[in-house]
Amino acid sequence: MLPFLLRRVGVMFLTALTLSFIVFCLTNLAPNLEKLARTEGSVRMSDEAVDSWIENNGHGGAMVMRYGQWLGVVPGWVRTDAQGVTRGRCIQGTLTAETAPRFCGILQGNWGTSTVFREPVSKTVTEKLAATGWLMLWVMLVMVPVSLLIGVLSGMREGSRTDRVLSTFAIATTATPEYVSGVILVVIFASATTGLSPLLAEWGWIEGRTLFLGTATSAIDQITFWNFALPVMTIALYGIGYIARMTRASMTEVMTQQYIRTARLKGVSFPQVILKHALRNALIAPFTVIMLQFPWLLNGVVIVETLFNYKGFGWTLVQAAGNNDIQLLLACSVVAVFVVLVTQLISDVGYVFLNPRIRLS
Amino acid sequence: MTDWDPSKPILEIENLSISFFTRTREIPAVMDFSCSVMPGEAMGLVGESGCGKSTVALAVMRDLGRTGRITGGHIRFKGRDLTTLTEEELRHIRGSEIAMIYQEPMASLNPAMRIGDQLAEVPMLHQGMARAEALKRAREIVADVRLPDPDRILRAYPHQLSGGQQQRIVIAMALMAKPALLILDEPTTALDVTVEAGIVDLVKELGEKYGTSMLFISHNLGLILDVCDRLCVMYSGEAVETGTVHEVFDQMRHPYTQALFRSIPLPGADKNASPLIAIPGNFPLPHERPPGCNFGPRCDYFRDGFCNATEVPMEAVPGHDRHATRCLRWPEIDWNAPPKIGRVTEKRPPGRLVLKMEDLKKYYEVSSGAFGGGAEKVVKANESLSFEAHENETLAIVGESGCGKSTFAKVLMGLETATSGSIMLFDENVQDTPIQARNTDTVSKLQMVFQNPFDTLNPSMTVGRQIIRALEIFQKGNSDAEREEMMLHLLDMVKLPRAFAERMPRQLSGGQKQRVGIARAFAGGAKVVVADEPVSALDVSVQAAVTDLLMDIQRENHTTLLFISHDLSIVRYLSDRVMVMYLGHVVELGTTDQVFAPPYHPYTEALLSAVPIADTRVKKRRIVLEGDIPSAMNPPPGCPFQTRCRWKRLVPDAKCETQMPPVKVLAGGHQIKCHLTDAQLAQMEPVLTRVTDSAGGTGGASGGSI
Amino acid sequence: MDSLSWPLIFAKMAVQFWPVWAALIVTVALSLHFRRRLGLYGKLFDSTVGILGFVIVMFWVFTAIFADLIITFDPLAQISQMKNVSPGTPVPGSDAWYLLGGDHLARDVFSRVVMGARRVLTIAPAATVIAFMVGITLGLPAGYFGGKLDTGLSFIANLVLAFPVILLFYLLVTPEIRQTGVPVVLAAILFLFPVIFVSVLLNSRYFTTPAKRNLYVGVALALGLWAYSGLAFNADPTGLWSMDPNLLNVFVSVVFVNAPTVFRIVRGIVMDLKSRDYVAAGQTRGEGPWYIMLWEILPNARGPLIVDFCLRIGYTTILLGTLGFFGLGVSPESPDWGSTIDDGRRLLSIYPHPAVVPALALMSLVLGLNLLADGLREESMRD
Repeated sequence: MLPFLLRRVGVMFLTALTLSFIVFCLTNLAPNLEKLARTEGSVRMSDEAVDSWIENNGHGGAMVMRYGQWLGVVPGWVRTDAQGVTRGRCIQGTLTAETAPRFCGILQGNWGTSTVFREPVSKTVTEKLAATGWLMLWVMLVMVPVSLLIGVLSGMREGSRTDRVLSTFAIATTATPEYVSGVILVVIFASATTGLSPLLAEWGWIEGRTLFLGTATSAIDQITFWNFALPVMTIALYGIGYIARMTRASMTEVMTQQYIRTARLKGVSFPQVILKHALRNALIAPFTVIMLQFPWLLNGVVIVETLFNYKGFGWTLVQAAGNNDIQLLLACSVVAVFVVLVTQLISDVGYVFLNPRIRLS
Repeated sequence: MTDWDPSKPILEIENLSISFFTRTREIPAVMDFSCSVMPGEAMGLVGESGCGKSTVALAVMRDLGRTGRITGGHIRFKGRDLTTLTEEELRHIRGSEIAMIYQEPMASLNPAMRIGDQLAEVPMLHQGMARAEALKRAREIVADVRLPDPDRILRAYPHQLSGGQQQRIVIAMALMAKPALLILDEPTTALDVTVEAGIVDLVKELGEKYGTSMLFISHNLGLILDVCDRLCVMYSGEAVETGTVHEVFDQMRHPYTQALFRSIPLPGADKNASPLIAIPGNFPLPHERPPGCNFGPRCDYFRDGFCNATEVPMEAVPGHDRHATRCLRWPEIDWNAPPKIGRVTEKRPPGRLVLKMEDLKKYYEVSSGAFGGGAEKVVKANESLSFEAHENETLAIVGESGCGKSTFAKVLMGLETATSGSIMLFDENVQDTPIQARNTDTVSKLQMVFQNPFDTLNPSMTVGRQIIRALEIFQKGNSDAEREEMMLHLLDMVKLPRAFAERMPRQLSGGQKQRVGIARAFAGGAKVVVADEPVSALDVSVQAAVTDLLMDIQRENHTTLLFISHDLSIVRYLSDRVMVMYLGHVVELGTTDQVFAPPYHPYTEALLSAVPIADTRVKKRRIVLEGDIPSAMNPPPGCPFQTRCRWKRLVPDAKCETQMPPVKVLAGGHQIKCHLTDAQLAQMEPVLTRVTDSAGGTGGASGGSI
Repeated sequence: MDSLSWPLIFAKMAVQFWPVWAALIVTVALSLHFRRRLGLYGKLFDSTVGILGFVIVMFWVFTAIFADLIITFDPLAQISQMKNVSPGTPVPGSDAWYLLGGDHLARDVFSRVVMGARRVLTIAPAATVIAFMVGITLGLPAGYFGGKLDTGLSFIANLVLAFPVILLFYLLVTPEIRQTGVPVVLAAILFLFPVIFVSVLLNSRYFTTPAKRNLYVGVALALGLWAYSGLAFNADPTGLWSMDPNLLNVFVSVVFVNAPTVFRIVRGIVMDLKSRDYVAAGQTRGEGPWYIMLWEILPNARGPLIVDFCLRIGYTTILLGTLGFFGLGVSPESPDWGSTIDDGRRLLSIYPHPAVVPALALMSLVLGLNLLADGLREESMRD
């Protein structure tokens, strides 16, 4: 088990390194830097001025070297300009050329400064990540039990009426991406002119103009059912369908296995067959699927945070990309990729752990 | 249940009919089936695949799935009609009164549950036993099925046991509640013969010990003879003959039973002097059954307007013990008439040397450990293989799983290259030449026929197209039209209608697919053909036809046939020389007569004893090997067979455990790899002996010495 | 003129869709009649789910084909006073209505959705086809040969799959990246695969008769390279094959996201199928690896691949919608559903119709594709 784990972690770090380099290259393309120069310097800079701005702010030189500096394995750049002012990657705040450390990349905890939020990237990312963490937590709490239940119920008797109904629901939700379900949910539950809210307001059942809030901005300060239910449902719906379908497929396959027949012909009752014999085998596959759902959840998070104006990680990512905030975008990307890789690792290890056939051979 | 009288049958099936329902139609699977099992009796159900024997078993369990339904008749168990019980009532009978053992032991055990829990579940469920007590009972039963170290086994997961051990666990599970009736559905089909012998002995012994009645389902008549008191022969959804094993085997009264016995290679059959007689035609599909007698279209005694006029009822044979047959003409048929021998052929003398292997070795490097972490390990799949094969000759390569026969085929075909040693094919050294580097001529001369008929043809290409492709690649024919013509000739050669060229493989039966496979192999005029268990997946009645075809083509083309098989009966029938392999080693090599008569290699002796023979006149010495075949990944030191050898104690100084035995060459070039001295070998007694020597007997096998 | 009530709106729309109904009726009638001779496609008509999915998908396909006949207004035309009007509002100075209302730029929502179908249904299937070609061409050898090749290709595939899609889009679909020429390079690589695929496919089959082979491979190469030069480099002298740089960027990114998944699926199937005896039979008669992969293995993998193809078109539609939703890569004028939803969502709680209509359209198309895939899967397993 241990060698497997070590190898897996090794591959993960190699992947992370490669991916972060790719992301670094894609965010530090020449046109991006040029745009950065013009926003940071002045819009009317000449091309030569732009070039020298890029050069003087440490964005010149080979991509690998810059990546090394960002990572913190190559000494940060130091440059003294014509006025004799020494500036450098590591010279910030109260530090001077003499006191500044040689290395200051992400390995040293230095993620750079956001040009949009005018604060250290690490601060922005941690704050926003925490906000998104709450969203994810609720999504998971809703999505996992519901989808597993639907999957198991529809998979245990393939072709039954329950199966047909639940499968149709699952297919329908997988066909509804977040930006569609979000729109529909808002129209039904959070619009003052259409859907349920005008009716409810007319009958005097609700106090405000709408049943749910159409934005989740206030959830940053305090999460309530009324401001958080719609965003959570929007993300969860898509995932529910997908995981439920995987669970159903896995469950129906298990139900056709010989050992289920063995159990049945031993005289085990149907509920016991499901609980004792089928469930454990049927849930191995969905577990990995739930873990591999994370990249897509992140997608949902970005869409939903934009749609509901919830200032979390996804919203930040959009801001960073839209405003050419290179350091912030870079950090967001690395964090996102890292989350994905870690969940993949958990998924792999979990699969091995849950499956005695692999664990003990 | 209280009103059941133990002198009455424990299981009584009366006019049972079962159908499966698809969206479009009803498919009758079993019609008008009756049989009864007395307490303590073992009843055999025998028939070819698709005859409905497993459906009967599942009907007794009332587990026919959503599409299957009992459409008529009764199943009485201890006097209660099972067909009318509710789910809840059934639940109390399943597992406690009636238990079932299945074909695939691995698939029948829950992979995520420990063996102990799976066993203990039964008494906990039916007798309300506490877990600890149930586990104690499980431990006793595991010891009863003669598994070593029961405590370790109870803690293990199914995949940690070998196939034979798993099947013993399935048997143990069935016996946990001491059921009155045990249903065994092909319980040994997935196992090797030497392992099978142990299981069969165990089943018989436990049946006697607990007084359990058995319903034993098998396609193998030899096994039925070994295990059962009575049997019921099924054909296409109907019982055609039923009676005691001895009456049915020796005084059969149904043409199908007779044809079945004539188509299986019993000792004494010979490919030249008394060839097998295949049953003509094909098994009818359920919705294409003929009117009247189902066997009519394939029957030698068929009379038009009589056999196909009315439904045929079961009719008792007077003077016999509950012997009945479903044949209208049985009183008029002369059951003692010898079979019409189709044609006797001359044995062709072996020609020039075409293949010579010398000291061939094939090792694989595999990384041990499930996660690829562990150290590299060398698996010796083939160890110092040496033999020769001549034109016209059939060389059989015999062995059980893991013996290295498939690896050998791969190396010979050039799919893998040898680790060392030489292979001379015609006048060319090919041991280091992978197939891509061989020239077209060499490739087309050396071809292969595969085992699994459902796998041997590409499912998405027409039959004709597949043969034409072989012709194209072998550079036969100059134009598409010419190749088309050659393809049709090849279909003629394998006795398939020309119209089959346009068919997709799924429209063909197993035997027909195998014929296409043979046609494809001979497309380039193959001179050496490796046949890897070409008939083992086919039904017995089809086996004979395909075997005959293969030998006919061999005679015409002077082909050298390398026949890989685990079935000694068929090997004895068709091969000229035999090579016995065990764990990558050739343990015995000689002419068929030499190998099938003493002195034997101890492994050959056990193998011969393990093969079930469907002939009441043949008596076997029972030699049951202990344990399972060791893994090729982890072979024992010294002689590969030493872990299971019953002669080991005769060899001094623990030589068997430390030294690889030398190859002894006995009279007539007969080779045996064993530490036993010549004198010890000479003392060996024959495994098979004939009880009464009445040549030309009543059965299919005509006389001859063993 | 008065505003239309909802039943009238639906009636008017139903009339507008007449070419679609006609085509649907003909298709379904013909298919039902010949279904026993049509293989898997015919069997689809045995399953309710399959028929339902097929009808929904074909509805949108025919809508895309006959879009010009269906629309009531130019989807780009802005008629002042019609800004955000509700469904069924008559257009002054004409005898027509904005059947589904007007959007924030006073354009006809109905016509835009119909035109959007054409856009979505050209890009999504085309991108999926290319993704399949790439995935198959790489997945076959990875699964068949295994070893280092497999390790390398799988590593690359996993790299792409480790990116959250949305992030990849934000990195890959930007005006800046278009300046660097990265999309063109990617296109040059990705579009080469179909050409390679078809050439190898034909060569492996016909190499035994060189004359035939030369003809087939020659024609395939000529056509393939012609389209290739136009699509990837915009260098087709006749101008028949060309792609707008924005569109190319979107297209390439979508292919890039989809191909690794296809690769993994193909690789898995090949690893399973390569142990079959008919593959061994091919090897023992000396077939080359590409013949075995493309003609022995691939046709037998078609079942799961066709099912995945349907699902993947749906997924690609969702991806394109996502791109539109974030305003990435598409021109603001474009009637495609994603960007229309994006435009509409700003005033969602006051004027829901400009966003809801394309949302429902997109949802129904993807639903149809999913149902179709489900029906196909069910029927292909029923053998």
